[in-house]
Amino acid sequence: MSIKITVTVNGVKHTDKVEPRLLLVHYLRDVLRLTGTHVGCDTSGCGACTILVNGKATKSCTMLAVQADKAKVTTIEGIASNGELHPLQEGFNQCHGLQCGFCTPGIIMTACDLLKNNKKPSEEEIRVALEGNFCRCTGYENIVKSIQYAADKMSAPKARKTKKEATV
Amino acid sequence: MSTNNGNGTAATGGPIGKSVKRVEDKRFTMGHGKFTDDIVLPGQTYAAFVRSQYAHAKILSVDTSAAKAMPGVVAIYTGADVAAVNGVPCGWQVNFKNGNAMKEPKHPLLVADKTRHVGDAIAIVIAESIEEAFDAAQTVNVEYEELPCVVDAFKATQPGAPLVHDDVPNNICYDWALGNPIEEVNAAMSSAAHVTTLEFINQRLVPNAIEPRCYNSSYDAINDKYTLYTSTQNPHVIRLLMCAFVLGIPEHKVRVISYDVGGGFGSKIFHYTEEALLTWCTKQLGRPVKWTAERKESFVLDAHGRDHITKAEMGFDSGGKIVALRVKTYANLGAYLSTFGSCVPTYLHGTLMQGLYTTPKINIDVTAVFTHTTAVDAYRGAGRPEATYLLERLMDLAAHEMKIDPAELRFRNFIPPFDGVNQPGYQTQVALQYDSGNYHAALEKGLEMLGYEDFRKAQKESANNGKLLGVGFSTYIEACGIAPSAVVGSLGARAGLFEFGQIRVQPTGKVTVYTGAHSHGQGHETTFAQVVADKLGISMDDVEIVHGDTEKIGFGMGTYGSRSIAVGGTAIVKSIEKVIEKGKKIAAHLLEASADDIDFANGNFTVKGTDKSIAFGNVALTAYVPHNYPKDLEPGLDFSSFYDPANFTYPFGCHIAVVEVDKETGKVALKRFIAVDDFGNIINPMIVEGQVHGGVAQGVGQALFEGAEYNEHGQLVNASYMDYCMPRADDFPIFETATQVTPCPHNPLGVKGAGEAGAIGSTPAVVNAVIDALWSGGHEVKDIRMPLTSERVWRAMQN
Ligand code: FES
Ligand code: FES
Repeated sequence: MSIKITVTVNGVKHTDKVEPRLLLVHYLRDVLRLTGTHVGCDTSGCGACTILVNGKATKSCTMLAVQADKAKVTTIEGIASNGELHPLQEGFNQCHGLQCGFCTPGIIMTACDLLKNNKKPSEEEIRVALEGNFCRCTGYENIVKSIQYAADKMSAPKARKTKKEATV
Repeated sequence: MSTNNGNGTAATGGPIGKSVKRVEDKRFTMGHGKFTDDIVLPGQTYAAFVRSQYAHAKILSVDTSAAKAMPGVVAIYTGADVAAVNGVPCGWQVNFKNGNAMKEPKHPLLVADKTRHVGDAIAIVIAESIEEAFDAAQTVNVEYEELPCVVDAFKATQPGAPLVHDDVPNNICYDWALGNPIEEVNAAMSSAAHVTTLEFINQRLVPNAIEPRCYNSSYDAINDKYTLYTSTQNPHVIRLLMCAFVLGIPEHKVRVISYDVGGGFGSKIFHYTEEALLTWCTKQLGRPVKWTAERKESFVLDAHGRDHITKAEMGFDSGGKIVALRVKTYANLGAYLSTFGSCVPTYLHGTLMQGLYTTPKINIDVTAVFTHTTAVDAYRGAGRPEATYLLERLMDLAAHEMKIDPAELRFRNFIPPFDGVNQPGYQTQVALQYDSGNYHAALEKGLEMLGYEDFRKAQKESANNGKLLGVGFSTYIEACGIAPSAVVGSLGARAGLFEFGQIRVQPTGKVTVYTGAHSHGQGHETTFAQVVADKLGISMDDVEIVHGDTEKIGFGMGTYGSRSIAVGGTAIVKSIEKVIEKGKKIAAHLLEASADDIDFANGNFTVKGTDKSIAFGNVALTAYVPHNYPKDLEPGLDFSSFYDPANFTYPFGCHIAVVEVDKETGKVALKRFIAVDDFGNIINPMIVEGQVHGGVAQGVGQALFEGAEYNEHGQLVNASYMDYCMPRADDFPIFETATQVTPCPHNPLGVKGAGEAGAIGSTPAVVNAVIDALWSGGHEVKDIRMPLTSERVWRAMQN
């Protein structure tokens, strides 16, 4: 038995017939071939699969594809715009917020949600917000700094931002 | 020797020594990393396993008939099908004290007779989709007869213990000793004014690289060629072991590719049964077969780390000088010998018993034991964390017992500074010769960063507000950059431990670098490019690093033991030297001078004492368009080198932890963590600091959170992220790090390696800090079993 779903992923509408038991993460990875979203566990513990569903950070291994019918989904592949990196993508590079890079997509998507609701999170608020994400490589400190970098950049007035970019 | 705070090495003006941002980041932050599970091949099939739920059971029957009839099933194989295939080999032979070779029972690709640990593979089910493979695997019917099991290394050696392998008496793989004759050590120990004794468990850890292991193997019958995509740290070694030892297929017919790998920490060094089994299966089927571990499989299959039961005694004279060290360790190897399982408790552990101290008499005795548990092998640090934990716990405990300040006790026992050039290397009592060291300076720096005197004042005051403050020290050394092939060969290694590096200068002067080292988070694409750009005086944009493909790279030993920059980096430097030497001949011809008169600097070949010069790019072009060219010189500019180092490298440092213990609940809060590390010269301080952070997080994880727990039935009871406590972002303070530079005297970059130090130095510092907190509250506790949960600390305070 297959069920027809329509999901908007990174602005593109997809209609597919899927098995009811198919997890959303496998729909993204195996059906749409968006492999930036990763699977690190089978108990919703690692956060490597985190995406935005209707703007909210969601573990895509914990949701069925059929539950995403009619939803708007954003994955790591969809946050850069017009060839320009998202401030979080830039921040992770500037602050060495990744090593193997496997956890990174999930952590960036979690941080996207955080920064939407909290423009200037403190170090502690960032650490708490990351509770659902593991990183085995970095010890987290540079991830915290990467997110702070993005928060600063996103809240900086436009004019100053351009000037800063010109000097980089 | 110089000391500096934070930034490592003296910069040359080129990219070496600078915190260059990583060139590999873009693909990962954009979701375009290429991990093995991202690959789907034409005609792909998927594998799932039938695995033992029992730690020890006789297999009475395996019925696959119902499963074979399930939709989508392509094939099912059991132990009987692969009975004639070899098992996966062990890469290091350790001998018994009496000279006999260690016991090496077969580790079959699928078990046929009995299962020896939970997760042992009984059948592989291959289907058109992974869902169909899972469905069919569930209908395979296995009849077992459960047998008694043993999970504890000491108990496994006792009379009457259940045997893991029928032909291994007392479950002992080998016994082994190193150091001075035991009689001499006993005599020195009985002359001691004070003996500190510590009996402890260095608990078993699960590496938990976040990318589950994944393999995808395919076979091209027309050309008789295999391709194995694998999440490994060392593709060439996997190819060698799989071809020559397991499957008996010619190496040149096999290509092993390991693109992006989501963390290894040791657990992806080893040649696992699934790699060989999938490669065997793809030939039977003529279709590619893919398997990705579920996390619950990773927990019971990926080789674990540590798991030592140890009694250690350290004797001191009345002045606090160490006179002897005596150690007895039972090392748990798990059910099968993993690729390097045998050398971890011996040559990576016993050989580190000198630590940073002048201990004159040392003897360590190790019994390595099979149990009904997951195999144990190298996990970040591999043996050296266990050695450091042993020594540094003894030092702090002895300081408490003798009422000597723990920093002062170390100063009294440190080996004096030596640079390995003007002063010789330091010959230890346990085989190794240290290359260079300045141990006093590292501890002094750490104490300064801590503000030691102020801390002790604050500690006295803290007891009044319900909290106990404690500080713990760890002054560590590690043997890295493994290592000289002749030395490891004489110690039982069945492989060489050199590295390969090739510099291919393209006609336009752009450079492609082929390295046998493998990056799974270390940032080689940046660090190695820095070295090449610096040495050739070209832009980093003109350098590309290629790794992880046996068809592209001449050879490789891979990445582990903090060896990539020291061994792999040096192989690259050797090739650069050859490029420059040949370039000088070409430049000399073009500039009408003698090659001896050509200097190379900043990307230009110049006739000494003149302004006649020619750029690197023009020399490269001439090498490939050799119209006007030296007579006896071959065209092209492409060199490779194999580098076999003269010695290990010996990074060292001082880690200091400050904790606060809640008197009511026993809860431990890590308040500060200070790391002063000496890695020799540093190529990229940002990347090195990142390595320290990650290592410290794992070491603190061992001290406070992590530990594999087996019950008496051999079940790993915390085999999920719901139950195994992984350190999270809010478990850590900001780390206070600094580096000091004592260059390695025996490689041209002067580098020592930085991958494991964090995990080696940090664990005892944290445990020592908790014990110090308890002593400051009047609880004279010798040991608390790791991880230091609130309950364990609270109980320790009740006695
Ligand atoms: S894959 Fe681990 S939380 Fe989703
Ligand atoms: S960068 Fe490797 S797990 Fe986070």
